[in-house]
Amino acid sequence: MIEIQNLVKIYESGKQKVKGVQDVSLTINDGEIFGIVGYSGAGKSTLLRCINMLEWPTSGNVKIDGVDLTSLSRQELRRARQKIGMIFQHFHLVRSKTVFDNVAFALKAAGKSKQEIRNKVDDLLEMVGLQDKRDAYPSQLSGGQKQRVGIARALANDPNVLLCDEATSALDPGTTRQILLLLKKINQELGITIVLITHEMGVVKEICDRIAVMQDGKIIECGEVYELFARPEEPLTRSFIDSVLQLELPEHLVKNRRGTLVRLQYRGEAASDTVISDMLQSFRVKGNIIHGKIEYIQNKPLGILVLELIGDESEVKRAIDFMHERTGGLEVIEHAA
Amino acid sequence: MLLDRLAELVPELNQAFLETMYMVSISLAVAIMGGLPLGILLFVTDRGLFLENPVVKSAAGFVVNMVRSVPFIILLVALLPFTRWLTGTTIGPTAASVSLSIAAIPFFARIVESSLREIDRGVIEAAISVGASPWMIIKDVLLPDARPGIIHGITITTISLVGYSAMAGIVGGGGIGDLAIRFGYYRYDNTIMITTVVILICLVQLIQFLGDRIARLTDKR
Repeated sequence: MIEIQNLVKIYESGKQKVKGVQDVSLTINDGEIFGIVGYSGAGKSTLLRCINMLEWPTSGNVKIDGVDLTSLSRQELRRARQKIGMIFQHFHLVRSKTVFDNVAFALKAAGKSKQEIRNKVDDLLEMVGLQDKRDAYPSQLSGGQKQRVGIARALANDPNVLLCDEATSALDPGTTRQILLLLKKINQELGITIVLITHEMGVVKEICDRIAVMQDGKIIECGEVYELFARPEEPLTRSFIDSVLQLELPEHLVKNRRGTLVRLQYRGEAASDTVISDMLQSFRVKGNIIHGKIEYIQNKPLGILVLELIGDESEVKRAIDFMHERTGGLEVIEHAA
Repeated sequence: MLLDRLAELVPELNQAFLETMYMVSISLAVAIMGGLPLGILLFVTDRGLFLENPVVKSAAGFVVNMVRSVPFIILLVALLPFTRWLTGTTIGPTAASVSLSIAAIPFFARIVESSLREIDRGVIEAAISVGASPWMIIKDVLLPDARPGIIHGITITTISLVGYSAMAGIVGGGGIGDLAIRFGYYRYDNTIMITTVVILICLVQLIQFLGDRIARLTDKR
């Protein structure tokens, strides 16, 4: 378990003090994939780097499995870091060393014997699917392959935690998916807790269990991914989620509408079809489905429909109120002209 | 006529060449042994690095700048007492090697420092994040990644030493440059001046060629 308590990080550049992280408290459970989301400059990277003390917090504590990292000596900290893997956006491999030596470096740092290193590196390369690249240099690898080497190096000393600093942001969509699948496999098969920061909601949707949304060095919202997607409270969270869930309506549809456009969001268990047919039976309104999709988040469906409601103004209003009550996620996009 | 004159000079040229080689080899060896650790020290004690230490950094930087700002001729003379204490003499190629070495250490240290600066800080951070010790980071990350730059630095230092060694004539150090000055410049002997200059040109070209070659062979990036 990772416990972050009242963490503050202030950068001093000259006389100016820049607040990187302001009083953040957070608990990340064992075996969880935890996402930290925010725009650049929100402090998410600083927060992540405080978890393995790449950045020394100005105040506050970071505890991993009860051990307060801020209280450790240099040598104890080195040993603790061997149990906290980290991967980076730009991979950060040693360019003059082969794939094998890059991974072996982490094991050498932990004082492993030559024989142990050889066996372990081979196992790791097999796990990330790079056995055949053992003697290649980083410049001979693609971005996705480099990140796999980064992952193998990060996992060399069997860490309990893996920190991912924008690990997929430099990769194309196909490669991003492969790396995310690999991270998920690592999480499930090895039980490693993963903390990742990203600005791509697609990544969060794909693998995270819980997320925290950061703005100006603070966590403004935190919760289960599905809950946050279904019912975001903060405008920033909503704008992030919209990047994944928003349905783009063709302009002419909005322009030539005859009634009121409403966006209906419903959870998997909310059986939307009866909501709509109940509504149509109870009110004197005509309904027309314009757009719709179902997103699966943590394998739970989240449905989105855009309806055009045509009828009397007061009837439409009553119909909207009715659906609002039944689904809890309804938004009027455009009123009748 | 010209060939006869050159043939006459062969023993003299031979000796001068060996003296140059002797002075350059000794001072290069000392420059590497002293300048490499000093350059690493200048780098790793810098702000934001894993052995950050402003006191050590500025003290080392000050000494390096001080030695580098003294013109070589003055350094050569100023170091005479130290040279006598170290080698028991103040004349000859061995004595000249002392001041050449002292001048070359900070020169090479700065080159090492700037080669290390070219390494992506993220790579160093990645090494810290796997729990590597400072020594391991230096040995297994910094030096391998900076190797091509350091080899270029050795080439530059060697060529500078060939140039500086010409001034070693002041303390009777000998060498090709000294021969050029004594015969060619003071005695207006153009034959010997041109010959020595041609030899120096060839020597420098050869050093540069070998240096580039080795740097390329060791560059795995």
